[in-house]
Amino acid sequence: MINENGEVILSVRNLTANVDDTPILKGLNLEIRAGEIHAIMGPNGSGKSTFSKILAGHPDYEVTGGDVLYQGKNLLELEPEERAREGVFLAFQYPLEIPGVTNLDFLRVAYNAHRKHKGLEELDALDFDDLIQERLDVVKMNPNFLSRSVNEGFSGGEKKRNEILQMALLEPTLAILDETDSGLDIDALKIVANGVNQLTRPDNAILLITHYQRLLDYIVPDYVHVMSAGRIIKTGTKELALELEAKGYDWVLEAEAAGVA
Amino acid sequence: MTIHVSPALVGLGGSRSPDDSVTSPATYRAAYLANLKRLAEAAATEGPTVQWLQQLREQATAHLSELSFPTTHDEDWRFTDLSALLQVTIAGTGELAQPITPDTIAPFSLPETQSSQLVFVNGHYQAKLSNLTGLPTGVFVGNLATALQQPELAGQLPNYLGAMAGLRDVFAALNTIGLAEAAIVWVPKNCAVETPIHLLFVTAPQAQPQFIQPRCLVVADAGSTVNVLESYRQLASETPTITNSVTEIWLGENAQVNHSRIQWQSTTAFQIGKTAISQAKDSRYINHAINLEAQIGRHTLEVSQAGEQTETTLNGLTIAAGEECLDTHTAVDLAFPYSRVRQLQKCIVADRAHAVFNGAIIVGQKAQQTDAGQLSRNLLLSPKARVDTKPQLEIIADNVKCTHGATVSQLEADEIFYLQSRGLDRNMAQKLLVDAFAAEVIEQLPVASLRQQLTRAVKAEVNL
Repeated sequence: MINENGEVILSVRNLTANVDDTPILKGLNLEIRAGEIHAIMGPNGSGKSTFSKILAGHPDYEVTGGDVLYQGKNLLELEPEERAREGVFLAFQYPLEIPGVTNLDFLRVAYNAHRKHKGLEELDALDFDDLIQERLDVVKMNPNFLSRSVNEGFSGGEKKRNEILQMALLEPTLAILDETDSGLDIDALKIVANGVNQLTRPDNAILLITHYQRLLDYIVPDYVHVMSAGRIIKTGTKELALELEAKGYDWVLEAEAAGVA
Repeated sequence: MTIHVSPALVGLGGSRSPDDSVTSPATYRAAYLANLKRLAEAAATEGPTVQWLQQLREQATAHLSELSFPTTHDEDWRFTDLSALLQVTIAGTGELAQPITPDTIAPFSLPETQSSQLVFVNGHYQAKLSNLTGLPTGVFVGNLATALQQPELAGQLPNYLGAMAGLRDVFAALNTIGLAEAAIVWVPKNCAVETPIHLLFVTAPQAQPQFIQPRCLVVADAGSTVNVLESYRQLASETPTITNSVTEIWLGENAQVNHSRIQWQSTTAFQIGKTAISQAKDSRYINHAINLEAQIGRHTLEVSQAGEQTETTLNGLTIAAGEECLDTHTAVDLAFPYSRVRQLQKCIVADRAHAVFNGAIIVGQKAQQTDAGQLSRNLLLSPKARVDTKPQLEIIADNVKCTHGATVSQLEADEIFYLQSRGLDRNMAQKLLVDAFAAEVIEQLPVASLRQQLTRAVKAEVNL
């Protein structure tokens, strides 16, 4: 839902960042308002995943310039866990396996960290159990997954569904989905997309990072951005994604080089 | 290397004069060992005097005369330096200055074993603190003197107590020389004991350092099943103690023993322990060894096989922090076919601590169709933490399946970030990951209250 008068959830201005002293982001600008779904597409190495990790606060990425405001606050000053508790959620491209920690314990600890931050009482195991059973439906996940170690031995699709389950539980204000569609078969993709669609609200926003237009058949974006060499070089609506699918990226890159994008 | 001998040693060395205050390290160690032997002999005079026991002590004495106090030049002690122990001036063998009350040992008791608990304090049997009312008839759990009063047991004991091959190192010999008391568990044929049996050894430090030598014997006759917890605990103290324990476990044909050994004393304690196991045909031995707290804690576990198709499961967890050195040596010696061995050893090492694991599995010529798997996993939590791990497979048989592996890792930065990105702060994330690492072993323990105690202890021990 395009929402020109909505609250600005995320405002990125001229962001530059390095990884191992190599500049990856070179002046990125982006504004996301409440209720909107944005997609960032672009060739490999354009800086899409770097951008998502910087928003979540990964320590390996060094911001060298620019601002990121989240609901009016300087996001870059916050620790990763503070960002999470304030409502920023990154669905990982490669969710980590955590042997020995059951999925249920992990979800409960994370959920209670959010509750505590909001000044609410922590949920005990029984109450939490009721809540999580209900959220499992969002991604059609088998309750057996709760007693297994986090992501250990999960298939690619199960890991991505588990990410969306976490999103369903934590109810973020800004959800960043980093290639959540990569490696999914069509059935898993539908489940994941359907889950995400159930979680969109007028007061939250979603940033999809993807290689493939296919995802955008199921989660329809309000804006599509093309990223190249660390910047957003073209912004359009969902039709842009179809055009990119049909014609590739070269024409956008060439137009940008010629200064007309 | 020069070792300065403290004047205090003179008193216990007996014949030593102040002029000997600087001497060669080898001479010093020999004198130290001779003193331990004298202390052991003195302790033995308080024990039963039956002839076979006297002979056993004499054999051990003869054997000890061929041995010397170990140093890091001995392969078995390469990574564990006992120099600090040699600085402890021992004053006695655990005589209690005052009696111990149930309240004092209450923190070490477990709800599940309230009526199946045998308690020793400083090696001395505590009838009033023990309660054995919850055991099925036919099962004997008691101390050595009581066992010798049972005619049918008295006749059998010489075949088992001290009869295990492999009790031939210095410390095992010292234990046998001083053999005056023992915890004895005797499970008759086909008897399934459902209640876990807790053998609780409490160290109550006295004004001066003590040398304490606990001893256990578990005999599980053919077809029987038993669950034994052997724990070493200590009352708070600044005074060092040296505990040197030996446990023998005999499994008859098709018997099953689930054995948990908990070494959880204090950073002033030196704990040296040996567990020797003999497995008859078709028997199943499961061990959970937790090495949690001691200045130096060394556990040596040796399994020998007396028949085919045995199953051996060894789960070990060491948590070393501060300046501790915790060492686990295991050896499984297979000489019969169709056996299965599963071993998981985990070490968590924090601060400037040091963990050692040496795990040998020897698959002899006749041990065909053996299926053995060993894994050593280590987590280092500080740049000064150290682990020495040595899996050791010796395979002579040609038709076997044997695997082993060792990993040493730190907490993964990406795992911590993943947890942070879900709202956990760094400290919570690290604790969760350390708990998870330990849980794989702790969760296998058969007694729930012990699992909970240990889970809390891991949190307290590892201060991130």
